Amino acid sequence: MSRMTLKTEGDRYVVVTRKFAASPEAVYRAHTDSKLIQKWMLGPEGWTMPVCINEAKPGGKIRFEWADGKGNGFYLTGEYVALEPYSRIVHVERMHLPDPTPDNHVETRFAADGNGTLMTMRMTLPDEHTRATMLATGMEQGMEASYVRLEALIAAEAAKNASA
Amino acid sequence: MENLDAAFGALADPTRRAILARLALGEATVMELVKPFELTQPAISQHLKVLENAGLITRRVDGTKRPCRLAKEGVAEIDQWLAMLRKALAKNYDRLDEILAEMQTKKGRRTR
Repeated sequence: MSRMTLKTEGDRYVVVTRKFAASPEAVYRAHTDSKLIQKWMLGPEGWTMPVCINEAKPGGKIRFEWADGKGNGFYLTGEYVALEPYSRIVHVERMHLPDPTPDNHVETRFAADGNGTLMTMRMTLPDEHTRATMLATGMEQGMEASYVRLEALIAAEAAKNASA
Repeated sequence: MENLDAAFGALADPTRRAILARLALGEATVMELVKPFELTQPAISQHLKVLENAGLITRRVDGTKRPCRLAKEGVAEIDQWLAMLRKALAKNYDRLDEILAEMQTKKGRRTR
């Protein structure tokens, strides 16, 4: 079941929507309680969040650290700008890869939708340089590494065939 | 493709083909292109204008600079990035569904 939409808005924003079978209060809590965040905001399979600092108040600090258990990791820092329980969160975040990416301004809204919640998240589209960096070293680090290994394998195979 | 003629016209020139080859390695400013090609800045700018009008390169504003890059690569890269974001978020929200279901169960037990 695909209930998520992801659209670019001009060349500056990305808007994501997703429906959840829970109240706005529950979805809001899952976004602001560090114990809950650690359980789901993990990106690709295999990653964990050993460190989750999340001060859910205006000006409060955010620090998420991810690790894949194979020595790869990166972290994100940020600050809360505004919190309106249980309908809206505004925060700023940046990835450290390890150089910090430009600030990503994120507004997340939660609206009652039937028995559930419609979440709408609007974030800043990173510039080309940042996207390239994130693709190379970011969340898909593990996957990127396996592609590189695959390419090396194919190249080695081709070289062997050429010399044979 | 309506600017196919423009694209072929742009590619007919060896200097412009060389500029595209250089941009295949990554983004470059006019000044960075002037050096290896030993042409004047206006001459390079003229070539870039032809390439841009043909839809072969794109330029962005970075302060006073206007770096150029291959248009096709730019499109592929943003698609790739959005695909990565979509995959990571979809995975996150599927996990969140489970967390929310657990929260519901716990809450139900408490109130009962």
